[in-house]
Amino acid sequence: MPESPNALKSTVNNDLSTLTLAEARAAVVSGTTSATALAERYYERIAAVDPEINSYLALTKDRALAQAASVDAAVKSGAPLGPLAGVPIGIKDVLTLKGAPATAASKILNGYHPPYDATAVAKLEAAGAVLLGKLNCDEFAMGGSNENSAYGPVHNPRSLDRVPGGSSGGSAAAVAAGLCAASLGTDTGGSIRQPAAFCGVVGVLPTYGRVSRYGLIAFASSLDRIGPFAHSVADAATLLEVLAGTDTMDSTSSAQPVGSYSADLAKPVAGLRIGVPEEYFGEGLDPEIRAAIEKSLDDLRAAGCSIQKVSLPHTSYAVPTYYVLATAEASSNLSRMDGVRFGHRSAEANTLANMYRKSRDEAFGPEVKRRILLGTYVLSAGYYDAYYRKAQQVRTLLTRDFLTVFNDVDAIVCPVTPTPAWKLGEKTEDPIQMYLEDIYSVAASLAGICGMSVPCGTTKDGLPIGVQVLGKHFDESTMLRVGAAIEAAQVK
Amino acid sequence: MSAALALSPEVLAKYQPVIGLEVHVQLLTKTKAFCGCKNEYGGEPNTHVCPVCLGLPGALPVLNKQAVEYAVLAAKAIGCEIRETSIFSRKNYFYPDSPKGYQISQFDKPIAENGELIVPGFDAAGNAISKRIGITRLHMEEDAGKSLHDGFADSASRTYIDLNRCGTPLVEIVSEPDLRTADEVFEYLTKLKEILLYTGVSDCNMEEGSLRCDANVSVMLKSDWEARGTAAYGTKAEVKNVNSFRYIRAAVEYEIERQIGVIEDGGRVVQESRLWNNAEGRTYSMRSKEQAHDYRYFPEPDLPALVVGAEWQKNILSAMPELPEARRARLASEYGLSTQDAATLTTDRELGDFFQQAAALAKSPKRVAAILLSEITMRLRGGELVLGQSPVSLNGLVLAADLAEAGEISSKQLKQLLDSCFTESKDFAFIYDRDKPQQISDTSAIEAMIDEVIAANPAQVAQFKGGKRTVSAFFVGQVMKLSKGQANPALLNELVVKKLDA
Ligand SMILES: [Zn+2]
Repeated sequence: MPESPNALKSTVNNDLSTLTLAEARAAVVSGTTSATALAERYYERIAAVDPEINSYLALTKDRALAQAASVDAAVKSGAPLGPLAGVPIGIKDVLTLKGAPATAASKILNGYHPPYDATAVAKLEAAGAVLLGKLNCDEFAMGGSNENSAYGPVHNPRSLDRVPGGSSGGSAAAVAAGLCAASLGTDTGGSIRQPAAFCGVVGVLPTYGRVSRYGLIAFASSLDRIGPFAHSVADAATLLEVLAGTDTMDSTSSAQPVGSYSADLAKPVAGLRIGVPEEYFGEGLDPEIRAAIEKSLDDLRAAGCSIQKVSLPHTSYAVPTYYVLATAEASSNLSRMDGVRFGHRSAEANTLANMYRKSRDEAFGPEVKRRILLGTYVLSAGYYDAYYRKAQQVRTLLTRDFLTVFNDVDAIVCPVTPTPAWKLGEKTEDPIQMYLEDIYSVAASLAGICGMSVPCGTTKDGLPIGVQVLGKHFDESTMLRVGAAIEAAQVK
Repeated sequence: MSAALALSPEVLAKYQPVIGLEVHVQLLTKTKAFCGCKNEYGGEPNTHVCPVCLGLPGALPVLNKQAVEYAVLAAKAIGCEIRETSIFSRKNYFYPDSPKGYQISQFDKPIAENGELIVPGFDAAGNAISKRIGITRLHMEEDAGKSLHDGFADSASRTYIDLNRCGTPLVEIVSEPDLRTADEVFEYLTKLKEILLYTGVSDCNMEEGSLRCDANVSVMLKSDWEARGTAAYGTKAEVKNVNSFRYIRAAVEYEIERQIGVIEDGGRVVQESRLWNNAEGRTYSMRSKEQAHDYRYFPEPDLPALVVGAEWQKNILSAMPELPEARRARLASEYGLSTQDAATLTTDRELGDFFQQAAALAKSPKRVAAILLSEITMRLRGGELVLGQSPVSLNGLVLAADLAEAGEISSKQLKQLLDSCFTESKDFAFIYDRDKPQQISDTSAIEAMIDEVIAANPAQVAQFKGGKRTVSAFFVGQVMKLSKGQANPALLNELVVKKLDA
């Protein structure tokens, strides 16, 4: 496959750039290396490489090395080892780690150190993972290019002059650059799937409610989800098995039993019915991406799947619906960033109203302000029915589209994005154009179904292409099997 | 209480006040509404807090089941219908003691609606009537923290915030605009508090803020009301920050007169919030900015719809106690108590419970009621004690009632014994054993005293002989006096009549 001339080049611990989670764990468990040594090597590579990528906002070295030491002690003593024993993992900075900074890439949370762990983070650590640090992203996960970070953009390791996608750009780039074996990101309207596609890694969006949101700094509560980035579908399945499950701290987490995602990967895909939604292949889809997706569909057919055209008729309403609902929730969720108890408080503030106004004005970035304004507007008296209520109704229709299609097919395959990664700065002037890039990802977000992005080739310029697999609510197993079949065909 | 506005009764009589109440009630749950923090009044500032009630980024609310159960109990006790599926909404506003920037409340789908309270009132002609006050809704929400503006060395330049109260479960009870006078407001609140105390869901302690009341007051010309009905309702002002029922009555009274004064002067009442100033006996306008609020309510995405199905409702309602109205009627009929006594015994649940337990053990429930309502209550009040602090136990009361009923102690002796109980903080049985009155039950000794009294009062004897038999009471009283209250009253009664008839 072609490689971009601007791809990251490094010789420092370069073997890590493709080291999978499974390989990392095996090396630690077998004693080939120690968890401590492995973590140190990742930190060396981060020190050498990350200045070019800017994926880490903070390193949590003390905590990581303490955890690595305890994994090493367990290996030595023959104690039972978790499914992520010694695996170095990076965490998107919208998730809380007790005592570590949690900025959500915003100046407004500058200096804030949460006193508690996010459930997802605690679960990873309990499974033996070594948490290396906090990863860059768009401010409050708002954006599709990681250019909205208050701490500078992330560069795409596959082509350093291009965006890594967003909002979980740091999470995708860190895995792609070998700066962690896997990572956690969050996806509200495509923020896992799109950067995974742009950076050429696997990214999984679990069903809404599958992974607890406790400790996820909210952007849009009814849409936010936590999911893994990894080098392989198998790695993502391992991570999802650890992350999934109900949580008494999150009332929207589901009590549905967690599937055996890893074990299920061994089941053949022959006989699965794959739906191809015509609305996802219209005007604006890059021809190279179209060709790569069609190639993947051929691969699935060859593996014994049946491919059929399906229709998701309300697709064209998905982007406006998403931007009404997501911004409405965001405008409320971000109210707690008020300069009263934590984070930035304006030095100029001399009255209460001033404290709010100036603190928020000084510390929120332009995209966050834009969305707060939009969300405040659609919830305002006199506009609620026309925007928020209407959007909720359309959300129901969009969900119904998927439920109807899933009566006939087991999974849906379609593009993740209309174009491959664009150049840094290329689209920052036109927010509407940027929003329209979400056209293939937001419908699944609104419907609450599971989805993933799997690498399925590169453009002639060496830019990664991802294919999106969408599954039924809580049927991550089937989705991951389809993803693994696409992945297997790439390797051949 | 309210500052006099010097409006003539004729002017006042032209207007019809319309009043609706919003009452916030803190629920006595073990933990807060959406987190596991202790739900307790006071405490060192910011010690009963966690990421959830501090509104830290990433923390999520989890609804307290007990709060739901208490809300359902309260709602049913005031006659509301329960909505099987209710929705929590966010009420968005910025204030430093509201850490999330929104309050979790209920908006268009509250947990309960359509209740009522029956309160004593007067009709137009001044006749006492029972008046129905509609209750629009009861909804669940969370309390805010407290802003501390005073009491610190740097209070001139800083406000401190205590978030201990933040997240305390509340129900807000909204009445229909059915109240017409300040007295009705007082009666409504008294009734509401009485019922809520019975259900046990709140302590309704106004000093600690566990019951808070805002009153929406407007006035209109009666002639307008007759012509146009509810379309004639005037602009309302909301009176806030009143912390006792007496003051609310005063504040509403003041506000009615103020509004009439404004209109009489050719002005217009402004829709606004007004604070009651107790020291000055008047209301003050809050900054008008307050009115511009658009709370941007929308369904709380962090909480699923609250479903209180038939089964759960049934379980909750099994904890519903007999409510004061029903108990009142039952006590009157079951024990033959007067309406007044039954009413007094049921004003609070504890007193009613105490009475019922004693009544079940004593020979005469009526005697129990009499002693409890006069002797005990009076002494409790004198010592500023509540029933729970009374030195006279349940068994003590029963013993006292039985002795009095059997005539083994006179009422004077009973009073003396109870006085000793209260001054020495000792139960009745102990005092009675120690100070058992030396009752004279020796027939010949009593007869000797009767003879003495008869001899000294020939006129009364003649009356008796003439057919006025009630005069026997005079002789009983005289002999009792002579015996220093120690004659056995039953025996004395019998012997007096016998002697007089002889
Ligand atoms: Zn708490």
